[in-house]
Amino acid sequence: MRLGLVLAEVGSGLRRNASMVVSVVLVTFISLTFVGTAALLQMQINQMKGYWYDKAQVAVYLCTDTDTTGNCTGAKATQDQIDAVQQQLASPVLSPYVDRDYFESQDDAYSRFQEQFADSPATEFVQPEYLNETFWVNLKDPTQAEVLQESLSSLAGVQSVVDQRGYLDPIFDLLNAASYTAIGIAVLMLIAAVLLIATTIRLSAFSRRRELGIMRLVGASNTFIQTPFILEGVIAALVGSFLAGGAILAVVHFFVKGYLVVNFTGTPFIGLQEAAIVVPLVVLVGIVLAALSANVAIRRYLKV
Amino acid sequence: MIRFDEVTKVYSGNPRPALNAVTLEILKGEFVFLVGASGSGKSSFLRLVLKEEKPSKGQIHVLGQRLGTLSSRKVPYFRRNLGVVFQDFRLLPQKNVFDNVAFSLQVIGKSKGFIQEAVPDVLKMVGLVGKQHRLPHELSGGEQQRVAIARAIVNKPAVLLADEPTGNLDPSTSAGIMTLLERINASGTTVIMATHDAGIVDQMQRRVIELSAGNILRDERRAGYQTQAVPIQAIGVEDLSLRGEDL
Repeated sequence: MRLGLVLAEVGSGLRRNASMVVSVVLVTFISLTFVGTAALLQMQINQMKGYWYDKAQVAVYLCTDTDTTGNCTGAKATQDQIDAVQQQLASPVLSPYVDRDYFESQDDAYSRFQEQFADSPATEFVQPEYLNETFWVNLKDPTQAEVLQESLSSLAGVQSVVDQRGYLDPIFDLLNAASYTAIGIAVLMLIAAVLLIATTIRLSAFSRRRELGIMRLVGASNTFIQTPFILEGVIAALVGSFLAGGAILAVVHFFVKGYLVVNFTGTPFIGLQEAAIVVPLVVLVGIVLAALSANVAIRRYLKV
Repeated sequence: MIRFDEVTKVYSGNPRPALNAVTLEILKGEFVFLVGASGSGKSSFLRLVLKEEKPSKGQIHVLGQRLGTLSSRKVPYFRRNLGVVFQDFRLLPQKNVFDNVAFSLQVIGKSKGFIQEAVPDVLKMVGLVGKQHRLPHELSGGEQQRVAIARAIVNKPAVLLADEPTGNLDPSTSAGIMTLLERINASGTTVIMATHDAGIVDQMQRRVIELSAGNILRDERRAGYQTQAVPIQAIGVEDLSLRGEDL
């Protein structure tokens, strides 16, 4: 009986305010889509970080005949110096950090260079002796690269110790900036959505102020009076959040799985699993924000 | 039943109090007229009884409850014991007579069965048999006020507050409304009615509380309406109440 009455009130409120309700739906839709996209982007960044950081190695470049940077004096690293580095890597100080390492001779480096830059004119000028002999080290924990840098970069015959993660940082910075932009837009849109919901509910309450006045007069409880309005806001926001959830799923399905995964096979991408976490979160955010703003908006009409 | 203890009500922005240290008691089953010029504090009095306003000073007890300590969550439940009628009826224009009365029961959670029984009963009591499917604009002013009264008393409140219920009605219609209020009072409901209608007050000869600028000028049983041809400030309070006895 009472539930039926409340739902009837909700229905009439939604009908009476149709255009405002549509705008609430659209604004929550857009804002929550941004929220969801930003969340997915962050997940993507984390996933890529994990993947690439695991692959990233620390390179211990040794001196060549022409090198004068680092500890180099224009002379190629001697076999003793190479052995010293090798020993240092195997020593009890460093070995706990090292997963595996291998030595790349100048000829190995040359053939890899030829392969990597096959299309580049540089391959014609580069000779094996220009290239550094290198220890490639995979760390157990990629974030511990500094330990290697500290203990190896001072050794004679070592030109430099380079953490490859450094090359990835600009890419992640860019992705992070994109994700923060999305979050910023999302926050602005959410503020707009909250204000719009509050306005819609006020308008709805204003158009029903006679009923509200009589309800208060005859002693309808506050819960009973405010529930239809809160439900009204929540339903409008719910429709918007479901649309946003659908949009997020569509982005993951058609853009990520249908385009990115196909065209960038080397990179791991988020999938529907991540979307399954983000979508309920987005719907929850929509519901909670709508309920709160409607609650605040209606409170003025309940003052006794 | 209703007791005011040194109640003062000051509205912000107006240094003159709407009620000034008013002390009075209204007993169960009484019929009380509140009279006085506009702005004398009649409506403030009724709003204070309803706890629509808080007193600036003093204590108000209604139906055994101290209103000062009543939490705002409990106010709705407190109001279910009070019926209110206004000069402008305040009916819902898009609901018919039956639904207007039923609405007040629905929103306090009464069952469908109770509503089906109580509403026709009360409509019969106020004399609206056969008009329950009319819309408010299809009714005369007197009939609309009867609907409002039906709505106010359908939940059998202990107190009925009426703020100039006959203010918009012609004398003969007013007389009909007064008969109805008298009947409600006879069934045990305390009735407090604010009015400007001298004829009604004089004819009914009930308790009259006259307010002027927030003060009680007189409080007499079986009294009439005193016109205010004589400027009140020129005469002492006691003089006025003596004149009240004379009328």
